[in-house]
Amino acid sequence: MSTMTSDVVAGGGTAVAQKPSEVSSANVTLPIYMDNHATTPVDPRVLEEMLPYFTDRFGNSASRNHSFGWTAEQGVEQARERIARLVGATPKEIVFTSGATESDNLAIKGVAEMYREKGNHIITAVTEHKAVLDTCKRLEKYGYRVTYLPVQKDGLIDLDDLKRAMDEKTILVTIMAANNEIGVLQPVAEIGKLCHERGVLFHTDATQAVGKVPIDVQKMNIDVMSISAHKMYGPKGVGALYVRRKNPRVQLAAIIDGGGHERGMRSGTLNVPGIVGLGKACAIAQEEMPQEMKRLAGLRDRLKDRIMGRLDEVFINGSMEHRLPNNINISFAYVEGESLLMGINDIAVSSGSACTSATLEPSYVLKALGTGDELAHSSIRFGIGRFNTEAEVDYVADRVVETVNRLRELSPLYEMAKEGIDLASVKWAAE
Amino acid sequence: MAYSDKVIDHYNNPRNVGSLDKSSPEVGTGLVGAPECGDVMKLQIKVNRETQVIEEAKFKTFGCGSAIASSSLATEWVKGKTVDEALSIKNTDIVRELSLPPVKIHCSVLAEDAIRAAIRDWKTKQEQTASKPVETKA
Repeated sequence: MSTMTSDVVAGGGTAVAQKPSEVSSANVTLPIYMDNHATTPVDPRVLEEMLPYFTDRFGNSASRNHSFGWTAEQGVEQARERIARLVGATPKEIVFTSGATESDNLAIKGVAEMYREKGNHIITAVTEHKAVLDTCKRLEKYGYRVTYLPVQKDGLIDLDDLKRAMDEKTILVTIMAANNEIGVLQPVAEIGKLCHERGVLFHTDATQAVGKVPIDVQKMNIDVMSISAHKMYGPKGVGALYVRRKNPRVQLAAIIDGGGHERGMRSGTLNVPGIVGLGKACAIAQEEMPQEMKRLAGLRDRLKDRIMGRLDEVFINGSMEHRLPNNINISFAYVEGESLLMGINDIAVSSGSACTSATLEPSYVLKALGTGDELAHSSIRFGIGRFNTEAEVDYVADRVVETVNRLRELSPLYEMAKEGIDLASVKWAAE
Repeated sequence: MAYSDKVIDHYNNPRNVGSLDKSSPEVGTGLVGAPECGDVMKLQIKVNRETQVIEEAKFKTFGCGSAIASSSLATEWVKGKTVDEALSIKNTDIVRELSLPPVKIHCSVLAEDAIRAAIRDWKTKQEQTASKPVETKA
């Protein structure tokens, strides 16, 4: 029997009781942030490099006639080079945007409009980010045909499905590099190869992948790629789109018209400090990625082992083999995700539970994997980051185990399962 | 989402967690909700046949903090009431007591359903035992 649950009635009434945790927090500072797929803190080295561009170097990089403009432009061009170098591109192939959502929109809508004469068919996958899915849905209203590929149990698309979906009207394949919920890495190089063989453009939303795992647009035959700064220790509100200039030269119709900035593909005065920050974030990632990948994978595996070694009936969502080093997504059977989050409220993580979403639907990504609704409700995403420590990982694991045990003592489903009742055979009286 | 202090209190210190012997003729069991909806409540009552007073109540809930709090509160409220009094508990009373936001109203509905289901189960048992000898009360 757990010592955590009892029939104890709290005294004070409205006074908020202290959390019933017995895990020591001596070696950590609370709260702990472990939701690095949602956003990351700005690396102090990034911030330091950005700051002068708010003050002394405040110029508009489009001002051609004075040193203020030239200084700002130098900052922008250095960033362009750093981003290009990280992903194997050339600086002229980098277009700055407000973030990955805009990049996805520009890539997909830009290709759709520019290549309308060639065809009207787009292929994507059901586990894409909403920035891609909703953009595709809008294009369907304008007469485009979209194929939404299913994923396999491990979260990866089947390349044969992709081959079968391609036809003479296909102009674009858009498949993400790394999934934001389950961290699963799609076979980007294989997809790129297939697209180039068929003469179809390939866009990848690499928001979660760039700066985390090696990405090379040449080796992977990527034509268009979305990049975000704030997922890689840069600032929010800035991103980039890689647009191939050779073999083939990709043309995009702009979705924001104006002064013709970014070679006409994205008008608007550049967010110079943000762009400088994105550039610095890329430079740091380039230098530190090999060690950082190893360190994060070590912490992630430690977290996984310390949770899974002490709890039964916990399930990993998505492939462990093809996965970001810093991601783990686990379903805790018989425990509802939001109540688990509430129990570990000194730790910032996310859940695929319906209760945490605005739509009251559980995660569509987990559903696409064939994870039942019940386990989707029970899922937690852990996103380990550059600034997490081993002590934090241990604390998080201990708190999760403690809280899952407590909530299972409270769970009628756990009790029924332990009595040997097959929950699938129960006739549930839904509301 | 911010929870009310009362929801947090019930979540941290749930009242009357546990199970009663569901085969006992004095015990009524209500099991409502569905796992795929993310909410399942089991609420049990033990009723004194003479006085019709609910002498004990226990619950277990799979669900969010508001669902746990709603069912915990329901067990507190039914205890000491007669079955007829317990049937007068409305989900809106629970919403008010716990300051549940609109998206969590279904948790209170489920708690009311659980009370009703437990009482229905108990009443069914009484009818069955009433048809046997000795007991005469309808």
